[in-house]
Amino acid sequence: MGRKLLLEKAHVPGIRTYEVYRREGGYRSVEKALKTMTPDQVTEEVKKSGLRGRGGAGFPAGMKWSFLAKPEGVPRYLVCNADESEPGTFKDRYLMEFIPHLLVEGLIVASYALGSNKTFIYIRGEYAWIVDILEQAIAEAKNNGWLGKNILGTGFDLEIYVQRGAGAYICGEETALLESLEGKRGNPRIKPPFPAVKGLWDSPTVVNNVETLAAVVPIINIGGDEYAKIGVGKSTGTKLISACGNINKPGVYEIDMTISVEEFIYSDEYCGGIPDGKRLKACIPGGSSVPILPANLLLKTAKGEKRMMNYESLSDGGFATGTMMGSGGFIVLDEDQCVVRHTLTLARFYRHESCGQCSPCREGTGWMEKILKNIEYGKGKKSDIDLLWDIQRKIEGNTICPLGDAAAWPVAAAIRHFRDEFEWHVLYPNAAQNRNYGLAHYADPLPVAAKT
Amino acid sequence: MAQFSAEKLNKVNEIIARYPAGKQKSALIPVLHLAQEEFGGWLSAETMDYVASLLKIEPIEVYEVATFYSMYNLKPVGKYVFEVCQTGPCMLNGSDDIIEYIKDKLGIKVGETTADGLFTLKTVECLGACGYAPMMQLGKHYREHLTKEKIDAIIEECERNAVTNN
Ligand SMILES: Cc1cc2nc3c(=O)[nH]c(=O)nc-3n(C[C@H](O)[C@H](O)[C@H](O)COP(=O)(O)O)c2cc1C
Ligand code: SF4
Ligand code: FES
Repeated sequence: MGRKLLLEKAHVPGIRTYEVYRREGGYRSVEKALKTMTPDQVTEEVKKSGLRGRGGAGFPAGMKWSFLAKPEGVPRYLVCNADESEPGTFKDRYLMEFIPHLLVEGLIVASYALGSNKTFIYIRGEYAWIVDILEQAIAEAKNNGWLGKNILGTGFDLEIYVQRGAGAYICGEETALLESLEGKRGNPRIKPPFPAVKGLWDSPTVVNNVETLAAVVPIINIGGDEYAKIGVGKSTGTKLISACGNINKPGVYEIDMTISVEEFIYSDEYCGGIPDGKRLKACIPGGSSVPILPANLLLKTAKGEKRMMNYESLSDGGFATGTMMGSGGFIVLDEDQCVVRHTLTLARFYRHESCGQCSPCREGTGWMEKILKNIEYGKGKKSDIDLLWDIQRKIEGNTICPLGDAAAWPVAAAIRHFRDEFEWHVLYPNAAQNRNYGLAHYADPLPVAAKT
Repeated sequence: MAQFSAEKLNKVNEIIARYPAGKQKSALIPVLHLAQEEFGGWLSAETMDYVASLLKIEPIEVYEVATFYSMYNLKPVGKYVFEVCQTGPCMLNGSDDIIEYIKDKLGIKVGETTADGLFTLKTVECLGACGYAPMMQLGKHYREHLTKEKIDAIIEECERNAVTNN
């Protein structure tokens, strides 16, 4: 069993309530940080821990905190990103639903480190019932002296507010989130200026993911150095993975990043294998935006090494033969699934979610959806596959925010690795309406170059 | 014209008080949620103008936002709105069949409302419940691991509630 730092207590009966959470050792990190550490020392521990942002980009959290501008007389803000809308991702929901005080605790420590006296949790509008759970936890924390004025007699003041979005994936992008928090459409801002300098209401702001902020609690409790010893290389600590698709045990798992992808899929401790004894065809291991890999490249890297569940190993081989850890949304496709159809649903998603500011993204996502629909429904031409490739290349890197890339990558990876399945759809449109291309050669062992 | 009750107005002021002076526009998204709940499940032009006056902003600033976010209904909807997720992970677990089944059972297409005004069917994109697929949102809560039997039961439940609530 791997070490659990976030979810260890998530299923203690009553852990949602303050009494039980406190009895189980909750809020110790607040006592330690506020009473025995300066804000900069807290940031230093987070730096030492090697914690990388859990929202998708994997940017080192401590470094982000140290970039926060601190002009005199200007408020600073911490904003917790609970927008969680990347298909395949449902880990933040789990954490907030089962152990809400862990997030509140992490927010208090992080707010202290950053000097935020008003911290906002921006949560996707659909998670309406979780707002109640969080507000309850915040009220309990406040009643017990962990929030409000002069916390623990240290002179530090803090209020935490929960604000709902209203249905827009783009509001997970941090500058769109800030626009939305200001009561506007979620149009991403042009950077620079970065939020660290000019964020919420033009004040310096740090935006971090729910899981990132929750991880601050064990980091302060055990120390940054101890935290950094868990995991491997630059993948320190534990990571929440939300597993879904064709697996026996979908759900949220906390892993230390030393297990292999194969173990994660097949062991009973995690996904428990694929239902009905079917074979693995493909997987998108880090949320819909990261490249899909066929079974053979998923379980082993192109070099023939076991692929592991960590940042470095998942991205081994770059986009040519690797993928990304992303947000940890792990989507498994069994042998009876159609990659074209799955890619079509993702293309539709990105078309729906594009904010429309940049033409390559606004137009390109629409075209990709249309062409994929034609291919899926037997009206595609062989040249359409090249056209798709061309469109995604013209989106990538030519937009204000990374949603453009996020829309381009899934299409690119599907064509890169499953081109013959696309070709089969256009060559045999009638067959493709009635049956599936199946597993084909996607699980065949890879030819490994002989060691020299 | 419909207006918020004193209790709801308090809630609005409580939200505005979270922000720095002059930044009351930040309350727009939460207040539109309140308005939609209070005024029949959708946002009419009249409702949006009312919200603009409450927050002391221009009506266009409200329209801009109301049209951007998918949770706001700009047309009347049924008493119960089935919002079924159709994105990749749900599709892998049979959401297409669930959507077809609901269409047949209610005799409506996606985006339509039944003649008795009880049910609206919408398809939505990933709601963060991919491990519990197929799923839909119904009001404030999620209904997960959907099957045809569960759909039957949910429809019956709504019909029963509609009778007892009237
Ligand atoms: C289109 C798009 C959607 C995003 N959605 C989310 C999200 O739902 N949750 C999240 O934490 N980060 C999301 N991000 C990443 C954020 O912009 C930001 O990098 C993150 O919140 C920073 O937190 P972290 O460093 O703790 O990961 C998204 C980015 C993009 C471009
Ligand atoms: S890339 Fe797409 S989502 Fe991002 S700003 Fe441009 S149009 Fe909007
Ligand atoms: S794909 Fe349906 S909830 Fe995520």
